[in-house]
Amino acid sequence: MKAKVYIKYKDGILDPQGKVTSNALKSIGVNSIDSLTIGKYIEIDFDDITKEEAEKITNDSCKKLLVNPNTQTYTYKIIS
Amino acid sequence: MKTKIAVIVFPGSNCDHDAYYVLKEIFNVDVGFVWHKETNLKDYDAILIPGGFSYGDYLRTGAIARFSPIMDSVISDSEKGKPVIGICNGFQILLECGLLPGALINNIEIKFLSTNVILEVSSNNSIFSNKLNIGNQLKMPIAHRQGNYIADKNVLDKLITENRIVLKYKENPNGSMHDIAGICNKRGNILGMMPHPERACESILGSTDGKKIFESMLGNI
Repeated sequence: MKAKVYIKYKDGILDPQGKVTSNALKSIGVNSIDSLTIGKYIEIDFDDITKEEAEKITNDSCKKLLVNPNTQTYTYKIIS
Repeated sequence: MKTKIAVIVFPGSNCDHDAYYVLKEIFNVDVGFVWHKETNLKDYDAILIPGGFSYGDYLRTGAIARFSPIMDSVISDSEKGKPVIGICNGFQILLECGLLPGALINNIEIKFLSTNVILEVSSNNSIFSNKLNIGNQLKMPIAHRQGNYIADKNVLDKLITENRIVLKYKENPNGSMHDIAGICNKRGNILGMMPHPERACESILGSTDGKKIFESMLGNI
């Protein structure tokens, strides 16, 4: 069992890396990009537990440590 | 009995010796380094959380340090009214552990900023500023990449109405909302600030204005 956690800045939070990277793509001729944001990807491998348990642990981990709710949001996928 | 101040040391702290030196040599108080694995601060009259890169700034600045064993004592002692000052990374840790509200994100120009700034005292409603006058200007250095203070509207309104914005940048270097350089809790015994008062306590370093923050704190112990 594995969790794939995606963390991104909330809308409206300054994301300078995203902005600079978006500008760099434009400068090398990649067009039609409205915006680009850079977040974090975390993979968690679990012991032999149920999907429900994995979801609970993932949510708890995000809320307690992995995510700062002031500035970030998260989504995740649990994969068997 | 001499005042005794704890300087908390995390793996990656690097302003701990500056703070120790200033408190001991310039203010002549007892100072002790307290390793983050320790769990007791009862022998100390005040707590200083220094700058640096605790845990290498992994995950987010201050996010891992906030769970160090010593932090339970920092939180419980602060609730009893003990003075707590978090400088730079120390401020980031105070935000992560919820003793102060809001967050610090990347500077608006992304760069690491290392320069002197002018601060204005905008509240003397804390034990770190109650010997100062509103509008007093203080010169001291900043040295950070994530010093851009943000908070939602409710928090900002509260900080303003409760008079908790202690220090503001005269010229905003990093994009902080309301030019915030330092805020305190409602009771006024916890201060978080990005600038470094411990690096501005001797004229040879270009300013002695940092002394005023420590003088104010020590005058309240």
